[in-house]
Amino acid sequence: MDVSFSGFHCASLTNSPLPTGSTPLGCYKKLIEYYKNGEISFEFVKTFNMDEYVGLPRDHPESYHSFMWNNFFKHVDIRAENAHILDGNAADLQAECSSFEDKIKEAGGIELFVGGIGPDGHIAFNEPGSSLVSRTRVKTLAKDTIMANARFFDGDLSKVPTMALTVGVGTVMDAKEVMVLITGSHKAFALYKAIEEGVNHMWTVSAFQQHPQTIFVCDEDATLELRVKTVKYFQGMMHVHNMLVEALPSQQKKN
Amino acid sequence: MPSNKSVSDAPISQFINCRILRGHTLQREDLWVRDGKILDPEKLFFDEQGFADRRVDCGGSIVAPGFIDVQINGGYGVDFSQPTEDVAAGVSLVAKKVLEHGVTSFCPTLVTSPPAVYHQVLPQVQVHDGGPDGAGVLGFHLEGPFISPEKKGAHPERYLRTFRSGGMEDLTEVYGGLDGVAMVTLAPELPHSQSVVRMLCQKGIAVSLGHSVANLSQAEDAVQHGASFITHLFNAMLPFHHRDPGIVGLLTSDRIPAGRTVFYGMIADGIHTNPAALRIAHRAHPAGLVLVTDAIAAMGLHPGRHPLGQQVIEIQGLHAYVSGTKTLSGSIATMDMCVRHLKQASGCSVEEALEAASLHPAQLLGISQKKGNLDYGADADLVLVDDALRVRTTYISGEEVWRRDA
Repeated sequence: MDVSFSGFHCASLTNSPLPTGSTPLGCYKKLIEYYKNGEISFEFVKTFNMDEYVGLPRDHPESYHSFMWNNFFKHVDIRAENAHILDGNAADLQAECSSFEDKIKEAGGIELFVGGIGPDGHIAFNEPGSSLVSRTRVKTLAKDTIMANARFFDGDLSKVPTMALTVGVGTVMDAKEVMVLITGSHKAFALYKAIEEGVNHMWTVSAFQQHPQTIFVCDEDATLELRVKTVKYFQGMMHVHNMLVEALPSQQKKN
Repeated sequence: MPSNKSVSDAPISQFINCRILRGHTLQREDLWVRDGKILDPEKLFFDEQGFADRRVDCGGSIVAPGFIDVQINGGYGVDFSQPTEDVAAGVSLVAKKVLEHGVTSFCPTLVTSPPAVYHQVLPQVQVHDGGPDGAGVLGFHLEGPFISPEKKGAHPERYLRTFRSGGMEDLTEVYGGLDGVAMVTLAPELPHSQSVVRMLCQKGIAVSLGHSVANLSQAEDAVQHGASFITHLFNAMLPFHHRDPGIVGLLTSDRIPAGRTVFYGMIADGIHTNPAALRIAHRAHPAGLVLVTDAIAAMGLHPGRHPLGQQVIEIQGLHAYVSGTKTLSGSIATMDMCVRHLKQASGCSVEEALEAASLHPAQLLGISQKKGNLDYGADADLVLVDDALRVRTTYISGEEVWRRDA
């Protein structure tokens, strides 16, 4: 998957919610590479992770704190006070969620939201049936999600957390720009529901049809359930889009 | 990443560009140190919003826990068993020099000596942490005098002793006090040894079997009573026999109490043990292998004759004999040489070779929460080695204490 980041190599304050899971790993590796090459700095970047399990110790290897530390934070120069992750062990979960929303407001709102989707079309942990105007809150996880996560807990369903704190669909819709990463054939049906059918709370990522600036970044396998017409339409625009995207300084040197 | 100093004001060091030995593997991770201990950087980040005050570039080195030598009789002309006015000075000299070999903690060892020597030497040296002046002292290793006359090796026969009652009186009469003693080597076939083994273990002193003609059953009994180490395996004990493996049989014995490990010292200098024998031991019980130098006063000195205990030793190349005989009296190999030899002779991994000199001795002495590993909270005693396992830099409590000149 080749992702280009045209706006990132400036030291301006950027607020970005961050995803976890298998999809964005390649994305983080690329960001770390750009940082190590001196092309980008995270010193002034504020991040807000979109979810965290409830009741999982923060230092558990499967917590999202651990994921973010090991796969991203420890490799770059981000400031700890600028990295916000929901605390799934807070005494008052409701208050924790409200305070997260407040922190986002204080930071000036989200500039770029990056996330993947589940096979059920959920964005963050906004499972089918979530309100499309929801805010950060506690969610009970769907059985499918728990099963999908079991592989990270030695396949033992009893070890998988059953609740999570998550930003709401409404929270994400407030972001200035949204980027959804969708890869693999197991996400293909969700992608179909997200862009070729209507806005529906059973496929919450479909809400972004009503967002002013959203990009869905997909690989070919993810498009397997789309109409050939749809895929051809977007492919046809690619060569123009590629010319519009500014190459990074390192790539420019190669040319 | 700035620090808000909410937990501690102490400066934080971050060792970068290195591979650290953790979880039995070499990992490409940074090592964080604060207040002389290994720090958890994830906790630092999330709890304290902290970051490093200084970065140490390790130049691609392997960072291993500092080596621990549990059997070293002296070096650089110092003989720990020689009663002098200032024993502490001798120990300090050796402690300083062994930093060059990557050793950050050790047990000064006394061979069989008359009671007067123990009474004079023991009180002069306390257990203490290492620092810029030298490696830390974990306690004395008393090798003898309760050993077998048939396997005395280089120990002087006239000072050998038996247990008269099996009680504290035997020990106090010979050693004086037991403060500052980390380990005692004895022969378990001596009558009344079992109660002595139990008593020493209750005091937190490791009991090692050596200089003995015990059969396997006697050795296993001693382990049941708490013995946990074998002094220089193969040397000064009955050879392995297929119908009575003797002490060597402990490596694969099925009478070791559950949850306990029998460790065994190996002098991996290529002389005390044939490499094939080293391999047999390593393959039979890799988790128990503890590298020891058994270094004598002549280690670090030129070839010639030198005093050891109550005798005279002669150096020829890498061999050290009891003067006028062909009896080996100890080795002059350094710990890092032993690590390299172990890896080369046994074909073991770099991780295993390094753990044999750090983790295993720490486990043997029951100090592995603080020493012998790079887990969070452990003392930051480190040795940086290159891929050929040569020592580049040594650290104690996170501070550099020795560096190899370029």
